[in-house]
Amino acid sequence: MMTEFTPWASLFGGFLIGLAAVLMMLLHGRVFGATGILSGVLFPASSGDWIWRAVLVLGMVSGPALYLLLTGSFPAVEVPVSLPMLLVGGFIVGLGVTFGSGCTSGHGVCGMARLSLRSIVATCTFMLTTFLTVYVIRHLIGG
Amino acid sequence: MRLITYYIVGLIFGLGISISGMGNPAKVVNFFDIAGTWDPSLIFVMGGALVVTFLGYRVVLGKPKPAMAKEFLLPGKQEIDLPLVGGAIIFGIGWGIGGFCPGGALPVIGTGKSDVMFFVAALLAGIVVARQFQARLL
Repeated sequence: MMTEFTPWASLFGGFLIGLAAVLMMLLHGRVFGATGILSGVLFPASSGDWIWRAVLVLGMVSGPALYLLLTGSFPAVEVPVSLPMLLVGGFIVGLGVTFGSGCTSGHGVCGMARLSLRSIVATCTFMLTTFLTVYVIRHLIGG
Repeated sequence: MRLITYYIVGLIFGLGISISGMGNPAKVVNFFDIAGTWDPSLIFVMGGALVVTFLGYRVVLGKPKPAMAKEFLLPGKQEIDLPLVGGAIIFGIGWGIGGFCPGGALPVIGTGKSDVMFFVAALLAGIVVARQFQARLL
């Protein structure tokens, strides 16, 4: 499945993701990691610790509605894999981000921006294994 | 008031994901498919997010404390250990299979697409299983 190259939209979207990360640090002194935020809703460190995380997730989920308001359509979500693959992928991602203490937002954006060695190692590692996985699925198995 | 600020921060992130294409698995997988239908867009997402965060953090972390909290809560761990590298390897495999990462998938729940719901349900299951494993063995 081909997708259109969208450098400007992607750059602008990236700026907004960065802005959210900076605001999170400026206001609340925390990194913006989707994994940590989500895990904290399920397993709060203390009794009231999940509420702000749930509100943050609610804000994230409202993003497409604001996009709809601004552009007149929802953002494209095209899934190029079967439902079983999606479920297996989701489960594996859940394992990986928990053991690895973070994902693309936590390690790839916030940690890299702090020049954290752990995050740089994690990001290079998952970018490489994602590349290899896509190569194996699309060109060795699928090809 | 505090909760409103969290909502707005989440909303900005969710809008960013929506505009960037990071919530679209077809674009994500194509980014990694250099040998096939390559779409380099996501390097602009990462680049844009990193530049803003890098520069913003330089300013913000120079302040004595955050605007609405007592102190900065930064991850303090330094060592490169097996859970970090093993977890990153596993995450990459899952990202390559499904095309969604957690930060990309969560906002697009708001589109109401059932695919995203299934992915997030599986993601939550993975997190719960990994947490159980950590609690018992690590």
